[in-house]
Amino acid sequence: MESRYKPGDKIRILQRNQPGHVRTPIYVRGKTGVIERIVGSFPNPETLAYGHSGLPYKMLYRVNFRQGELWPDYEGSPDDTLEIEIYEHWMAPA
Amino acid sequence: MSDHHHHDHDHGHDHGHDHDGKPIQEDALPSIEAQILETSVRELLIEKGIVSADDIRRAIEAMDSRGESLGAKIVVRAWTDPAFKEKLLTRSDDALMEFGIDMRPMELCVVENTEDVHNMVVCTLCSCYPRPILGIPPAWYKRRDYRARAVREPRAVLQEFGTVIPDSQQVRVHDSNADLRYIVLPKRPAGTEDWTSEQLEKLVTRDSMIGVSDVRSLDELVG
Repeated sequence: MESRYKPGDKIRILQRNQPGHVRTPIYVRGKTGVIERIVGSFPNPETLAYGHSGLPYKMLYRVNFRQGELWPDYEGSPDDTLEIEIYEHWMAPA
Repeated sequence: MSDHHHHDHDHGHDHGHDHDGKPIQEDALPSIEAQILETSVRELLIEKGIVSADDIRRAIEAMDSRGESLGAKIVVRAWTDPAFKEKLLTRSDDALMEFGIDMRPMELCVVENTEDVHNMVVCTLCSCYPRPILGIPPAWYKRRDYRARAVREPRAVLQEFGTVIPDSQQVRVHDSNADLRYIVLPKRPAGTEDWTSEQLEKLVTRDSMIGVSDVRSLDELVG
């Protein structure tokens, strides 16, 4: 399965208004980060959760965000980051 | 997924009985519907002979009996064997197979503490945790205050665990929200170059592999 993004790519998390089981927490939606690695393809948890097959598989990535980007009033070090797993259909190039 | 069962030992018993000095916050009570659903499915599976009550009891016992020793062995092996460490960081499936662990369909992601980076793990969505290695997560890991605050104010949370990270070191939080499960590979303390694996294993704690503290200091060990 082809991956659209590669490590180092800058991407933005989409603001999808999607009910039901999603694994993209609200705190990263609309934020810009960098692809840390390609994890691989997995069954889609959004449909798997409701007893469907989870097909077609979705590509999963780890994305690195600066904490200052996620939280406007972040109080730690400006170098602090957060890494999280995001599916490809939740991203667009930044 | 085996990761999301509700049949934990502290289920419903961790309200206000935490005496370890960590901040206490009452969570919302577990959903009654979810509890009824879990009980019903479990009883049906037993009634239909798909699993036995003893199968379930044994699976919980196996998970509960995993303390930190397996994780500690993996950490110490990485400290003492550079080829294994490389495998652990890049092909964790193969590295775990050497310890007889198969986590599929989940995959282990090992994040390494360095001079520059201190890593910390949380699952904001639920309580994803490397159970095949570390067993059942501590009650505080599953509570909403940890799960909400670890991503938002990690340094404050770390301080409440007695861990102070200097500003010169980056704090990197990992939200374990999908198919990976995480273990922090703590830094090997200085002054342990001559230590045996057995001695080194005594330094590695569960909390250092979650990332809320570092390994035991040398003078914490007796004998």
